[in-house]
Amino acid sequence: MNRFKEKMIRRFFQLNGLFVIFVLIGIFVLLIRNSYPAFREIGVWNFFSSAEWNPTSFTGPKYGILAQVYSSLIVTFGAMLIAVPLGVATAAYISEVAGPGVKNILKPTIEILAGIPSVVLGFMGIVVIGPLIARVFNLNQGLNAINGSILLGIMALPTITSLSEDAISAVAKKYKEASYGLGANRWQTLVSVVIPSALSGIIASIMLGMGRAIGETMAVLMATGNSPAMPENIFDSLRTMTATIAIELGEVPFNTTHYYALFAVGLILFIMTFLVNLVSDIILHKYQEVD
Amino acid sequence: MNNKTKVKVENLNCFYDDFQALKDINMEIKSKEITALIGPSGCGKSTFLRCLNRMNDLIEGARIEGIVCIDDYDIYQNGTDVVSLRKKVGMVFQQPNPFPKSIYDNIAYGPRIHGIKDRSRLNEIVEKSLKNSALWEEVKDRLDTSALDLSGGQQQRLCIARALAVEPDILLMDEPASALDPVATSRIEDLMKDLAENYTIVIVTHNMQQAARISDRTGFFLMGELIEFDRTETIFEKPAQQKTEDYITGRFG
Repeated sequence: MNRFKEKMIRRFFQLNGLFVIFVLIGIFVLLIRNSYPAFREIGVWNFFSSAEWNPTSFTGPKYGILAQVYSSLIVTFGAMLIAVPLGVATAAYISEVAGPGVKNILKPTIEILAGIPSVVLGFMGIVVIGPLIARVFNLNQGLNAINGSILLGIMALPTITSLSEDAISAVAKKYKEASYGLGANRWQTLVSVVIPSALSGIIASIMLGMGRAIGETMAVLMATGNSPAMPENIFDSLRTMTATIAIELGEVPFNTTHYYALFAVGLILFIMTFLVNLVSDIILHKYQEVD
Repeated sequence: MNNKTKVKVENLNCFYDDFQALKDINMEIKSKEITALIGPSGCGKSTFLRCLNRMNDLIEGARIEGIVCIDDYDIYQNGTDVVSLRKKVGMVFQQPNPFPKSIYDNIAYGPRIHGIKDRSRLNEIVEKSLKNSALWEEVKDRLDTSALDLSGGQQQRLCIARALAVEPDILLMDEPASALDPVATSRIEDLMKDLAENYTIVIVTHNMQQAARISDRTGFFLMGELIEFDRTETIFEKPAQQKTEDYITGRFG
């Protein structure tokens, strides 16, 4: 009887695990099946090489995703420029400099930041950051790439800080002792021993933060102005891949080229975030083996 | 035998929060000798060692009272430069702890943080330190490979070389051979005897034969007190204290 029970419990957990894999594969298959017609009708080369996205044109609809991909990447890159130095420095401060009191307040606070709904951050982008950017840089309005980057930077910050802090704290005490024993001060120990030893964990945290930033929709949709043209500089309004799907998919006629093209955008996005997550996973794994 | 006093410890007390780890220690460590510290686990010998280069400063709740003079300078007085103190008093730990860097970078780490950037000067230091720690012949062709690929005994000699690279006067060794096999241990012991010609060595050891083999003087610690401190022959052949004799003959500990 007991063995039967044991077996059933095992099955139950096994099924749960398999379910997750099924869902993942299901999504992937769905994306491929729905985007295949788009590639056939538009042409793979056209789809990737053109920056013009104008699906509702009378003269001839254009389905080029280059501008969107570029927009997504540029906003994400800007976000990383903000979040990586801030996140890693905060992580180093929490784990190596701050006293236990500060640490016990700061770390949970940063993790709470991850729980702020993205629509609330988007709202902040519109009413606070946007006008601020417009005033500082003397622009007509502040819904642009840099606004999106700031919001995404804020969103990636908890992931980067929290996971980098774990990696830095996990650096063996023996390395730090060896460094102090040779007469190194705190700063030298941090820069030359602790951070290099934690580097793979830090990189993995950056990749995870980046994955979150690329896939984020609501905040960038609200804060970047959504002009589908190729952005020329960081003060241009732009539209990311995620925003395009969110804006258009609700109103597109079923089973049209436009409909399939949006799935194709989703597929590319999925592949991009999947690769980023995969890389971070590989790095994290390697890191655990070394330690 | 050179009998100049290198380190003079007076009325040293050390506390970890409410726990008193060292009680009123007085000791004179002679220059260019090997001083061994023996005693059962938790007796305070490692704590004492860490008082000599202020490594206990890094432990939260540690508090030190008393005087530790190195070359007639009290290292616990206000304004002591801990960086130059630790440069002068090198340390080798129980577990070999090379950095996850190349062999070369491990040795060059100390000189670099103390401001030496010139490549040929660094090359010289690396070679000299590795020769002094009897590791040069084994690693000279693979200085740029990871130090973590070395065997345990080689890693420990690398750590000794790393400590030597900043040109200390005193080497503190906290059970440097306890994680090593007998062959590697005997190499480290030979190395220590060679090093004692130029350095003052203080070694903590669990292994009484090791203390008897290599040291000039031996201190016996028990429950935070220095029970007896004398020439090694005296400690092992006719100790003054009953407790020392009990420990040495294996009646406890």
